[in-house]
Amino acid sequence: MSEKTKEKKMVNIKINGISFAVEEGMTILAAARQANIHIPTLCYLKEINEIGACRICVVEVKGARTLVTACVYPVSEGMEIFTNTPRVLNARRDTLKLILSDHDKECLSCVRSGSCELQRLCQEYNVDNAHEYEGDMNVFEPDCSAPHMVRDNNKCILCRRCVAACEQFQSVGVIGPNNRGFATRIGCAYDLPLGSTACVDCGQCIAVCPVGALYEKDDTEAVFEALADPEKTVFVQTAPAVRAALGEAFDYPVGTDTEGKMVAALRRLGFDGVYDTNFGADLTILEEAHEFLDRFKNGGKLPLITSCSPGWVKFCEHYFPDLTENLSSCKSPHQMQGALMKSYLAEKKGIDAKDIVTVSVMPCTAKKFERQRDDEAGTGYPDVDHVITTRELARMIRRAGIQFRELPDEAFDDPMGEYSGGGVIFGVSGGVMEAALRTAVYWITNDDTNTPVDFNDVRGMQGIKDATYTVGDVTVRVAVASGLSNARKLLNDVKSGKAQYDFIEIMGCPGGCINGGGQPQVPAEVRNFTDYREKRAKALYTIDSAAHVRKSHQNESLKKLYDEYLGEIGGEKAHHLLHTTYVKRGLYSEV
Amino acid sequence: MSAAIPAPAQLPFQGTAEQEQQLRALIEEKRDDKGALMPILQGAQEIYGYLPVEVQKIIAEEMDVPLEKVYGVSTFYSQFSLTPKGKHQISVCLGTACYVKGSGLVLDKLKERLEIDSGECTPDREFSLDACRCVGACGLAPVMTIGDDVYGRLTVDQVDGILEKYKQQPHA
Repeated sequence: MSEKTKEKKMVNIKINGISFAVEEGMTILAAARQANIHIPTLCYLKEINEIGACRICVVEVKGARTLVTACVYPVSEGMEIFTNTPRVLNARRDTLKLILSDHDKECLSCVRSGSCELQRLCQEYNVDNAHEYEGDMNVFEPDCSAPHMVRDNNKCILCRRCVAACEQFQSVGVIGPNNRGFATRIGCAYDLPLGSTACVDCGQCIAVCPVGALYEKDDTEAVFEALADPEKTVFVQTAPAVRAALGEAFDYPVGTDTEGKMVAALRRLGFDGVYDTNFGADLTILEEAHEFLDRFKNGGKLPLITSCSPGWVKFCEHYFPDLTENLSSCKSPHQMQGALMKSYLAEKKGIDAKDIVTVSVMPCTAKKFERQRDDEAGTGYPDVDHVITTRELARMIRRAGIQFRELPDEAFDDPMGEYSGGGVIFGVSGGVMEAALRTAVYWITNDDTNTPVDFNDVRGMQGIKDATYTVGDVTVRVAVASGLSNARKLLNDVKSGKAQYDFIEIMGCPGGCINGGGQPQVPAEVRNFTDYREKRAKALYTIDSAAHVRKSHQNESLKKLYDEYLGEIGGEKAHHLLHTTYVKRGLYSEV
Repeated sequence: MSAAIPAPAQLPFQGTAEQEQQLRALIEEKRDDKGALMPILQGAQEIYGYLPVEVQKIIAEEMDVPLEKVYGVSTFYSQFSLTPKGKHQISVCLGTACYVKGSGLVLDKLKERLEIDSGECTPDREFSLDACRCVGACGLAPVMTIGDDVYGRLTVDQVDGILEKYKQQPHA
């Protein structure tokens, strides 16, 4: 036992007649888990939604008048807990029946069929479409107003996990329970459509939804259509974090890197070129590190704040409009790469830009909004025509009958398939900062052999990280935040003068893109007891440490791109194709 | 404003500078209390008579909470109204005794005459209409109140005459 557990007071409890010693004050749910007994939950999300509302986790405690909710009830000395008595099982079954009595049971085609936590519990508890509590049902019009997602409250079970994610992870808080009793529904202030609120499109609500009430707008049909069009050349690119999570949709353990199979699958789907957004990430580093050094040396607006995360960018525009000038003017990597597919690649391959369709596979729902922003069409055509999430790609692979697990490992196409270790870690909080530091240090020292590659201070899953680096006679203060609640905290400190930085990386989702709103949903029973983000992050850091080129500026294809086509880093052509602008948005534009 | 906002809430906001001053003073006083939102909403309703979006926005901004939180709380509790009250506040009892004696029909008649739904206010802000639970005068069922006046043993036919009385005395 570690020192830490020794210090804690232990209590003796019995679960289902078997004795255990557990830490005082821990919940029955956590204690049971330690004893390898799983208690089902629906509303409970560790640290952000501990409200004991859904009552699926009820257990019997000897001497207690009623059943108690295991997710919030603390253990105490001598407590005797029963998790599987008929009384408990019947109570859970009744709760499920009551939920089903006001639930749209359109399970056959539901996007969550197979990954639905409610469906799974109904199977486990042998609850069919019981008509016992048949009666009034709420009927809602699904809200399709947001650019990235749909809310179908007919399937909502009012667990409030989305509300907690929006408020606690993101400090956005545009959704909440309105009204009361049977009329309760999750919605926005004044029941406005989501699309007219200060929602930042991050999709964390979708990531935590246990059922099919929240899902991304499906663009798979449009992509299949483009693939079937003989007039079109369809190029696809995949973000760094996709390879670290796609495998989960095909029953690989969390944290399995499936890059090779993913490339093979995309080729079999019929894409004419399979490229890696890691290349765009390396490109972003050159442009952004250049922008940083330029601002740093020439008295430009500091701190410079990264702009790769469209959820963060929209958050900045809504909630910190006075900081939009601090945002890097760099487009996000896939937008840069999309612009180059329709210019550089089009020229190289002798294809007219109008005949090119660009598809981005992203761990992110906000990218669906980003591609529609103003000033994201470097060639006059949209940089990116379709954005699909990791989940949508998994659905496409299945629909096309591709046996993912049996595929050989294949490599990306040239010239936008080469990447450095710096490019791949863009998918983790701290990765952009680390990659930028690798290149900035080289540019300051002109030394690539005796300068550091690993910047461990900016790694890890902490919400806010900071460090100070001195290179030659230059001292740079950097900070990294992920999750918008953390970003808000950090920026408030910057605004009040409590903290001073030169360069800040912000990712909208907690832990970065590996935990993006477009990644395969991690069921609560996994989410509550393991840090799946660490495992996904590790997959990317493993690729980085094994890469023979680890610094973005050493990417040979990238050097060629500047030599053959773009010219100067941060030059006129690069600016035209690779940089963008921002707007200041209000909070209540529509109320 | 969106179509999603119920029509009566779109009656133009007529708050005064004095009311806003009172509201801001109230928020200042309560801001740091635990669970301050409820008493502030109660106070705001006392100041304005209801909780229009303009007031909810001030509360959200001043307390640094999302507007949705303010809206969520104000739609949860029946004590809060999102629509203004009329000069003459009509309340029709739908308690058991009144209901079986036909108060539902009286309410329907009022809705028809005033062209508003229960919980709403007429555009000229003369009348607002609410259904309530037992007022404790079951012996007089069916009962309605207008301001402090109580009307018992009502019939649908009496509705027009009673309304006429209030239309003639605008400041009852």
